[in-house]
Amino acid sequence: MKIHLKIWRQKDAKTKGKLVDYMLDQVDHHMSFLEMMDTLNEQLILKGEMPVEFDHDCREGICGTCGMMINGQAHGPVPGLTACQLHMREFEDGATIYVEPFRATAFPIKRDLKVDRSAFDRIIQAGGFITANTGQPVEANTLLITHEIAESAFDSAACIGCGACVATCKNSSAALFTSAKISHLAKIPQGEKEAAKRVLKMVSRMDEEGFGHCSNTEACEVECPQGISVLNIARMNWEYTKANLLKD
Amino acid sequence: MELDAKIPAGPLETKWSQYKVQAKLVNPANRKKLPVIVVGTGLAGASAAASLAEQGYPVTSFCFQDSARRAHSVAAQGGVNAAKNYQNDGDSVYRMFYDTLKGGDFRAREANVYRLAECSLNLIDQAVAQGVPFAREYGGYLSNRSFGGVQVSRTFYARGQTGQQLLLGAYQALMRQVSLGKVTLHSRHEMLDLVVAEGKAKGIIARNLDSGLIERFAAEAVVIATGGFGKIYYLSTLAMGCNGSAIWRAHKRGALMACPSWTQIHPTSLPQSGDYQSKLTLMSESLRNDGRIWVPKLPDEQRAANDIPEQERDYYLERRYPSFGNLAPRDISSRAAKERIDAGFGVGAQRNAVYLDFSKAIKEQGKEKIKEKYGNLFSMYKKITADDAYAAPMKISPAAHFSMGGLWVDYELMTTIPGLFAIGEANFADHGANRLGANSLLQACVDGYFILPYTLANYLSGELKKEKITTAHPEFDRIEREVITQLAGLCEIKGTKTADYFHKKLGKLLYDKCGLSRSAEGLTEAIEGIKVLRAAFYKDLIVPGTADEINSELEKAGRVADYLEIAELMCHDALSREESCGAHFREEYQTADGEALRDDENYCYVSAWEWKGKDSLPLLHPEHLKFEFIKLSVRSYS
Ligand SMILES: Cc1cc2nc3c(=O)[nH]c(=O)nc-3n(C[C@H](O)[C@H](O)[C@H](O)COP(=O)(O)OP(=O)(O)OC[C@H]3O[C@@H](n4cnc5c(N)ncnc54)[C@H](O)[C@@H]3O)c2cc1C
Ligand code: SF4
Ligand code: FES
Repeated sequence: MKIHLKIWRQKDAKTKGKLVDYMLDQVDHHMSFLEMMDTLNEQLILKGEMPVEFDHDCREGICGTCGMMINGQAHGPVPGLTACQLHMREFEDGATIYVEPFRATAFPIKRDLKVDRSAFDRIIQAGGFITANTGQPVEANTLLITHEIAESAFDSAACIGCGACVATCKNSSAALFTSAKISHLAKIPQGEKEAAKRVLKMVSRMDEEGFGHCSNTEACEVECPQGISVLNIARMNWEYTKANLLKD
Repeated sequence: MELDAKIPAGPLETKWSQYKVQAKLVNPANRKKLPVIVVGTGLAGASAAASLAEQGYPVTSFCFQDSARRAHSVAAQGGVNAAKNYQNDGDSVYRMFYDTLKGGDFRAREANVYRLAECSLNLIDQAVAQGVPFAREYGGYLSNRSFGGVQVSRTFYARGQTGQQLLLGAYQALMRQVSLGKVTLHSRHEMLDLVVAEGKAKGIIARNLDSGLIERFAAEAVVIATGGFGKIYYLSTLAMGCNGSAIWRAHKRGALMACPSWTQIHPTSLPQSGDYQSKLTLMSESLRNDGRIWVPKLPDEQRAANDIPEQERDYYLERRYPSFGNLAPRDISSRAAKERIDAGFGVGAQRNAVYLDFSKAIKEQGKEKIKEKYGNLFSMYKKITADDAYAAPMKISPAAHFSMGGLWVDYELMTTIPGLFAIGEANFADHGANRLGANSLLQACVDGYFILPYTLANYLSGELKKEKITTAHPEFDRIEREVITQLAGLCEIKGTKTADYFHKKLGKLLYDKCGLSRSAEGLTEAIEGIKVLRAAFYKDLIVPGTADEINSELEKAGRVADYLEIAELMCHDALSREESCGAHFREEYQTADGEALRDDENYCYVSAWEWKGKDSLPLLHPEHLKFEFIKLSVRSYS
């Protein structure tokens, strides 16, 4: 099939970027979106041009590395998928596809489609963990956790840190990402002890990093490749209020 | 050179506890004077860096991804083993030790494997304490399933995302240490060389992948936790960035490489569908718990799977290995699939696959139950292939997956360069010639959480009083210059073929000649072929742009340059081992019914190779394996 691409090219954070047109005329519909991008890059390199820089690694939808806006949607048109899992069979022959980086003040552009998402790591550093040193734990089965709670904690823990929720949010809020971690750890007994401290620290770090506030538009849930529910945000708000009220 | 594995004396059960009792300690006040570098933030690297930092060593850690959480361990699906015997089905540390040794075709050290099984108990406790949401029974107890090569249920899992959840646990522990200022993390940095000064590993040279800047880092010890190099086959189940560069550069600085030709070819990957393909996706082995593997009895069968009646199907694993059936170990299952495919019974458009069929399980347990167990794998399958595996069997095929080989390490996980340690998939230890499923996550975690913190301290205690080497040492100058020259050299070739072009060619060559089966003739041809390819690479490579900017093509080119050397060593290794064992199947050495024929008389050793320069043959140093506690037996699964 034939594909017309309009890709955002930007040399670095300081230089102005623009959309550049490319044509590919032998795209196999079994190709993944990133394999299609590989094909384009191969052609650019052979022409002596710089390939389009984009982040990717596992190409199985689990590492959270890949991320780009495809036709205005984070990770493209199919719900529940990362860009690496999107296949060209989802597009029509002759289609024009816009490819742009995830945009948010807290995710500065590095080059082309590559952005800096280290703000997410700093949110986790603020408290997204259980304080458990190596070698201290008790026997695992002394901590009973029902099937339902384990499953529900898992649903929150499944976030891959891709940033699609931020990119798609009109406020560039990191609420879905942050709340997923807060919920995961607050739901299980091991994480309960620090829950109050955790939520206060993580939320304030989220603000310091320049992410916007959540105004409940719920676009994040729609775009999240892992189906992380906005109920996590409600839980975060509840944990936050509780922590503030009970703060001594 | 006489290789000393430094295995503690005494009974198997007490070797490790004895070691720990006798290992030297470093006074807490002195630990902050002993900085450590950890390269890699996968399960091995993150757990090591966090644990060492908790003890008070200043740690600098590195990964090439934008975040430590994205290391390849995140992709592991099936589970992690531990001999907890929660299922009351007869599991024990000893049984796990035995299964692992046997699974590895008796080509691993008894003491290491026993320690792996022993530490497995603590790992589950550790992970649960960190909040890893392992599967649970309704009453709240941990749940288990079983994996290839064993007859007990000892695999702990978190849906089909066990690696992700374990890694997040380790990553969070690491982030905690970063926030405490105990770990300095350099993401988007690639280790390009090791600095050995005065006979010891004292630092690394890394490239900042965001700026292209070459940076120096000094420390009192260097830990390599850079994972496996199975991506050398190009098409593999590994992430695109996986590479062998760190271990290879360390090898060229004097660390021996062990058993590089032992690559696990995983039986349950999705088949290749076209030339554009960049990777093969793994379907978790846990699927074999309920899926039955078969091919049509007729060659070149054209009917759709569901139209082929039961009596015209060949359930070849159940036929050949009745007691393990679909749960036969990976090397055996992969080879059996290749045998059927080569004989003309393959299915799918390219005739390169076999069926993995759930119809019986769905009939017996109901679709809902199967969905609950494997739902995410079925949906992944659908995303990639657009097929519904609830309605018709999956098509699966063998794919390169895991490197059992890597840097040679002794019992302390130290390489032949003092002060250089290798942990996780980057070392060769524990799996022998074949890795049983769910043992790798375990090894990576156990190395990092429970072993290295003791053995590294034992080494560092001797370094305290020695004079410190800084990045001003002339060796840093010299090696940094070599790195810069190499990078500039790659940019200057300005040929007509991309790094991927060479990588794909190399991968195909290796898969054909040093893959599922090997022969002296094929390997000799491969060695010649690799030489030709390497020469072409240095004449005809094209890397756009420069070394002092973001340049992912340059990153790839450097990794392919190393692969082109590692590949040759793999072939030498495979050629020198005139027997079949585990994942290494030499066509010349097989039984009448096509099973691997081991030669314990002559090859019961770990092959460790020394780099002798680029125009010389590598030198073999066999480490003879001594079996004191078990008797070697023929590895039978029938
Ligand atoms: C698809 C898949 C499924 C799997 N499923 C299972 C399973 O169910 N159970 C099981 O036990 N095992 C499984 N495995 C195997 C297991 O995941 C790996 O062997 C294990 O995670 C390796 O961990 P590691 O810490 O050694 O390395 P990795 O997790 O690969 O980490 C390597 C680290 O090194 C860094 N790095 C590499 N090179 C450099 C360099 N030059 N400079 C700087 N940093 C560098 C990377 O950035 C990364 O941080 C699976 C593997 C695959 C591919
Ligand atoms: S919440 Fe969803 S969209 Fe946001 S980072 Fe996590 S996985 Fe990505
Ligand atoms: S490349 Fe890992 S999620 Fe897309």
